[in-house]
Parts: sequence; structure tokens; C-alpha cells
Amino acid sequence: MESLLIEGTAKTPTVRFDANQGLVEIKGRSIPENSIEFYKPLVDWLETYSKEAKPQTKVNIQLEYFNTSSSKCILDVFKKLETVYKNNREVVINWYYEEDDEDMLEAGEDYESIIRVPFKMIEIV
Amino acid sequence: MGFDINEYFAVLAGTNSLLSYKGKVTIQVVSSLLDEVERKLTELDEEPRIRKKVYNILVECLQNLYHHVEDVALPGEILEEGNMAILVIKKVDNQYKITTGNFVRVKRIKPLKSKIDKINSLTQDEIKDMYKFILNHQRLNVKGGGGLGLLDIARRTGNKFDYTFHVIDERYNFFNLDVYVS
Repeated sequence: MESLLIEGTAKTPTVRFDANQGLVEIKGRSIPENSIEFYKPLVDWLETYSKEAKPQTKVNIQLEYFNTSSSKCILDVFKKLETVYKNNREVVINWYYEEDDEDMLEAGEDYESIIRVPFKMIEIV
Repeated sequence: MGFDINEYFAVLAGTNSLLSYKGKVTIQVVSSLLDEVERKLTELDEEPRIRKKVYNILVECLQNLYHHVEDVALPGEILEEGNMAILVIKKVDNQYKITTGNFVRVKRIKPLKSKIDKINSLTQDEIKDMYKFILNHQRLNVKGGGGLGLLDIARRTGNKFDYTFHVIDERYNFFNLDVYVS
């Protein structure tokens, strides 16, 4: 299936979803006023991917800022990845946070407690 | 004496605010205010932890204004200044005080007040649990709001909200919300 590549802006993140590599990457800022529109293609892509997932999927989430509107959409992204994991594929979510950014670490831990997929919290020094 | 938003804003903004704004809240305004605050916090060489908290909280404050001012400005019930809002950021002692103000319909006062009072009554652990519950169980509305904005702010600040409702007329109040970031 085709890759999904979206360039980042001041309010939306850079997206790199590559089915051949089993790579799902979201980086930057996610603070749009209405996040549904932005995240719909991401969730749709993952819906398709979940049916033909690679044995291993590596997920990199490295957000500087995200708003509460995005937080639910990010959960939707993770729920799709949970489906992949439940289908006996390997999935690891690498949640990056900057040194001293406890709020971002806590946000990752929130998702970790909701989603049944292994998380790795990675501090960026 | 009636409520005068210009006078109210002038007093609030004073002479020592980091940033002050009065006017319509469009997507462009939200973006430029965020850019300006980010630039000023960088200029002040503010520690990253505080800089990020202030920025994140401001995102939620401004998006709350953006969505709710739009509600007030619906046609049919015209208040000349109904689509105006204010934002003032000050550094007071070692904390940032973010004040937002906007017109609200009288029928919205009670739910808004009870929501803030509820959040103010919770411990940090309870706020965290409530946030996670809503995150996991409530869907976004059509505008992309999810009822998490105030909870997110309370969680990040660890402080209580201060608020006041100023009576305008039988239809509207002016809602002033103070958020402290330390």
C-alpha cells in the first residue's frame, strides 16, 4: 500500500506512515483548532494497514506540543495500532519526550494505561 | 453602571503585561498570539518547563475562546461586542497569570460554573483520572472540542481557577477566567 507522507506546519505534525517498512511516525506540533480533519486520513490509512500489517510495526511519536483536540485523535491512532497488535503482530510505540517535560511523559503514560500495546518512554536529552 | 469591555480591558492589561489582546478571535488571531507569546518567552529566556506549560495552556485557553466566542456570535441574538474576547498575560512574582474574558449567554453560566467548581474541588489525582476517563470515553464534537480543555489546564498548572461573571444584561454575562502557571 502507498505511504502517507504529510509535511509539518506550525500547527500540524509531520507524518510518515510507511507500510513497507512497518513505520508509523508523527513528529512536531499538533495544535489545530479542529483535529478531526487532520487525523482522519491517518486513522483511515491505519485501518487499511491493520489488514495487511508487517510482522513488526515501529511507531515513533515525538510531539513538542499537542492540544486536547488532538489527544483524542491520537488515541484513535493508537486504537488502530492496538488492533494490529491483537492480530499477533509485533507493535512498539516509542513515545519521545524532552528532558524536563513531565507533562509530555505523563501524557504518554496516560495512553500506555489505556492502550494494550507495549510503550517505550524515551527521553530526549 | 454598565459593563464596558474597553475600560475593563484597559485596567486589566495595565502597563506591565507580557501580552494583551482585545478583539475577535479568529484562527489567524490564535496563531499570531501563540507566535508572539512563544517569541516573548524565548526572549525572556524562560526555563523550558515553564515555557512549555504557558504555551500549552495558552493553546487551550485560546481554542476555548475561539470555539465559544463563535457560539455567542450566532445570529439572532445580537450583542454588539458579543464576538469580542480579551487575553492578558502577566508575570506576577514568580508565576504567570493568564486572563481570558468573553461574553457568555446566561443559560451557559450554570453549567460552566459547575464545571469549574467541580474541577477546583478535585485533587490532582482525581483530575488525572477524570481526564483519562473523558479521553477514553467521550467523542469529539463536530468542532473538535472534547471537553478536556479546562481539565488539561488544571492538570498542567496544579492550581485552582479564579473566575468572575459580570452581568451585562438579561441575556449575557462577561466571563473572566484567571489561570496561574507556576
